[in-house]
Amino acid sequence: MDDSIILETKSLWKNFGSLSAVAGVDLQFKKRELASVIGPNGAGKTTLFNLITGKLKPSQGAVYFQGKEITGLKPHRIARIGIGRIFQITNLFPELTAYENIRVAVLANLRESKRMLTLDNKLHNVNEETDRIIELIGLADKKDAQCGVLSHGDQRLIEVGVALAIEPHLLLLDEPTGGMGPEETDEMVGFIRDLNEKQDITILLVEHDMSVVFSVSERIVVMHQGTVIADGLSDKIRENEKVKEAYLGEE
Amino acid sequence: MKKRSSTKPHPLYLPTLYWLVMGVIVLLLAPLFLSEFHIVFVTEIYIMGLFALAFNLLFGYTGLLSFGHAAYFALGAYTTGLILIRVTPSIPLAFLVGFATATLAAWIIGFLCVRLDEIYFAMLTLAFGMMIHTVIWQWDSLTGGADGLVGIPRPHFLSIDLSSITAYYYFTLIVVGICAAILWIITRSPFGLTLKSIRENHERVEYLGLNMKRYRLIAFVISGFFSGVAGALFGPFEMAIAPETAFWTKSAEPVFMSLVGGMHIFLAPLAGAGIFMFLKEIISGYTEYWMFPLGAILIILVIFLRGGIIGFIHEKLLAIRGLD
Amino acid sequence: MTFFILASGLTLVFGVLRILNLAHGSLFMLGAYFSYQVTVWLGNFWFAILFAPLICAGIGVILERVLLRSVYNIDVHFQLLLTFGLILVLEDFAKFVWGVAYKTVSEPDLLKGIVPMLGTGYPRYNLFVILVGILVGIAVWLLLAKTRVGKMVRAASSDREMASGSGINVPRLYTLVFAFGAWLAGLAGVMAAPLRSITMDLGGRTIVEAFAVVVIGGLGSIPGALLGSIILGQLNAFGIVYLSRFEMAFMYILMAIVLLIRPRGLIVKEAV
Repeated sequence: MDDSIILETKSLWKNFGSLSAVAGVDLQFKKRELASVIGPNGAGKTTLFNLITGKLKPSQGAVYFQGKEITGLKPHRIARIGIGRIFQITNLFPELTAYENIRVAVLANLRESKRMLTLDNKLHNVNEETDRIIELIGLADKKDAQCGVLSHGDQRLIEVGVALAIEPHLLLLDEPTGGMGPEETDEMVGFIRDLNEKQDITILLVEHDMSVVFSVSERIVVMHQGTVIADGLSDKIRENEKVKEAYLGEE
Repeated sequence: MKKRSSTKPHPLYLPTLYWLVMGVIVLLLAPLFLSEFHIVFVTEIYIMGLFALAFNLLFGYTGLLSFGHAAYFALGAYTTGLILIRVTPSIPLAFLVGFATATLAAWIIGFLCVRLDEIYFAMLTLAFGMMIHTVIWQWDSLTGGADGLVGIPRPHFLSIDLSSITAYYYFTLIVVGICAAILWIITRSPFGLTLKSIRENHERVEYLGLNMKRYRLIAFVISGFFSGVAGALFGPFEMAIAPETAFWTKSAEPVFMSLVGGMHIFLAPLAGAGIFMFLKEIISGYTEYWMFPLGAILIILVIFLRGGIIGFIHEKLLAIRGLD
Repeated sequence: MTFFILASGLTLVFGVLRILNLAHGSLFMLGAYFSYQVTVWLGNFWFAILFAPLICAGIGVILERVLLRSVYNIDVHFQLLLTFGLILVLEDFAKFVWGVAYKTVSEPDLLKGIVPMLGTGYPRYNLFVILVGILVGIAVWLLLAKTRVGKMVRAASSDREMASGSGINVPRLYTLVFAFGAWLAGLAGVMAAPLRSITMDLGGRTIVEAFAVVVIGGLGSIPGALLGSIILGQLNAFGIVYLSRFEMAFMYILMAIVLLIRPRGLIVKEAV
């Protein structure tokens, strides 16, 4: 297999009874790509993410990560090998502080989660790494706030921070700017670009905000009713007839 | 309320460590001031308090409500008692067997239970707890059945005669103290934080690369172990054990204690144990209908004061300190 | 059969309100006690069958409106703990009203005696209980499947928001369903009263068995409750014959097996 392909899906199907949420998806993503997956509601985008991250088992087909098959592996295995994700609906640890949210992830990444006879704050490498990520997402001044009471935008940033803490090679972002105002969206966009360019992380984005999609990604994959109807550079996609139909048909 | 000047700390403000040290000194000196009845009473609070702390590791920290925890307490109590009566009156041996039995049971049962969530988890722990109760009740050749296990001795330990009430008080205090310290470290450890995150969002934890079920199981086993320790202490304390100790409603006691004290503060369940037993004692003194007020308190706590009494006080204290 | 009636109440409440009411067994206990009281006052068991369940339903209304409403939206653990508190309260209430000594109720003269059947005799009263159980089962099924209220109940149990969106008064429906569940528990208590001695700890004891029935049959499923009580009945009979001392454990073992393999129960039905 081509060394530069980080993620590949082959004939991926997911059926729920008679409904096929994902109906034969073949995709390849190169390392360090920044691609968006778009499509009307119900196109199967989140299901696709769920299949890749192990939340769902495919009815048919296979998923390969860095050349190795990961089809049907449990989510914690998949996270261990370097696929991170954030969810459409904010999915954090509400009563823990922002700092603790990130810290749990760092502990997991540094394989320190099982240590039970050491006081947590004595682990200096963990402290450093957690602080680093908190700085990276710009929440150093809010780190001791319970994350459940922080603003939506801040929570999304923590989500990204948590996903980053496991040092993923591939990051799946499910509507990262969901519910954000224009300023916060710009921040997030800049952040995503930085991750991709400076940290060499391959990023797949599911987005509904078209301005984000076009400003951030070079490549766009369009899904409709479980299949990929278009896949290519953003300009081409803009002009694509099938894409327009799919979206117009939605209205 | 007048705003305090920033140079004068509130009179109640002392670092927690001071409170702790003072508390320990009070506990160590208590037998000098208390009647025998009260010494026994406080000893029982320590034992039930340990049980509550063990339980709360699973409930308050990991978010799992077990309705069958009395089983581990009972197993610790019965096996320790049986060894002391039938094999040899050696505390170390009896205790070790007691701990081991409770832990083994917790491992097996926990392994099966942690795959389920919430109500189903509670139901399954209830089922297993009742299975153990049935075995204890029915295997009367071994356990004495409905009559229970009687005549548990309090032998010598390290050449100290534990049959004296004061001696057993100190023995219990030391054992419980050590266990509480270990549990405290565990809750403050990386593992403890990970448990809290499982409580907050058990699905998400998987996406961090952690096998959530394994962590739940470890918490379950630790909880079972310390419940077994409490049970082991209980046998020689009461010098008799009844099968009711394993009935499911007995499992509700540590729940009650944790709730009354506070689920999210480490020592609160211990305080909850004290409050619970204190209330029970006082209320029983006035009326035979002690379940009614306890039930009513439980209901009120659930509706209005889910952080428990210590939790409530803690919030108020934080508010007071915040005025500095 | 009394277990079927009891269990269907429990499973119905769970199916619609999503609350597992630990105090359901206590309502059963109250039903038994009320049947005793009514029989003492009015001299007639038939009146007990009429009134006792209604009193229980009334209590159910009060409980739902005063207590349960406050906990619908909080963690399910707290809901369980609240209903557990109720067990304590109701048990002492029974102790207060009726004292510690156990009470008995005898079946009405009409139902006394043995009916010769299938080579041996079967107590007439037990046949009556079975008959009532069947009638209740049919009635509940008819209510749920055929009436408007039944349709609303089924709608609310599968999707509360949609139901209230379509104009169904969900809070009132909840009260109604809970009251009906209490009525069923009370009825089960009345039916069971002549068959056993009435004590106030019945609440804590029967609820575990009711759980077993409901879990095995499937939480939320009335046919499941039927299946569960039949299975448990058979299991108890089988156990008593072969493994008399540990037969109680069989119930828990089966409960555990079902929870581990098919947590939704043997009859998987989304709505009631």
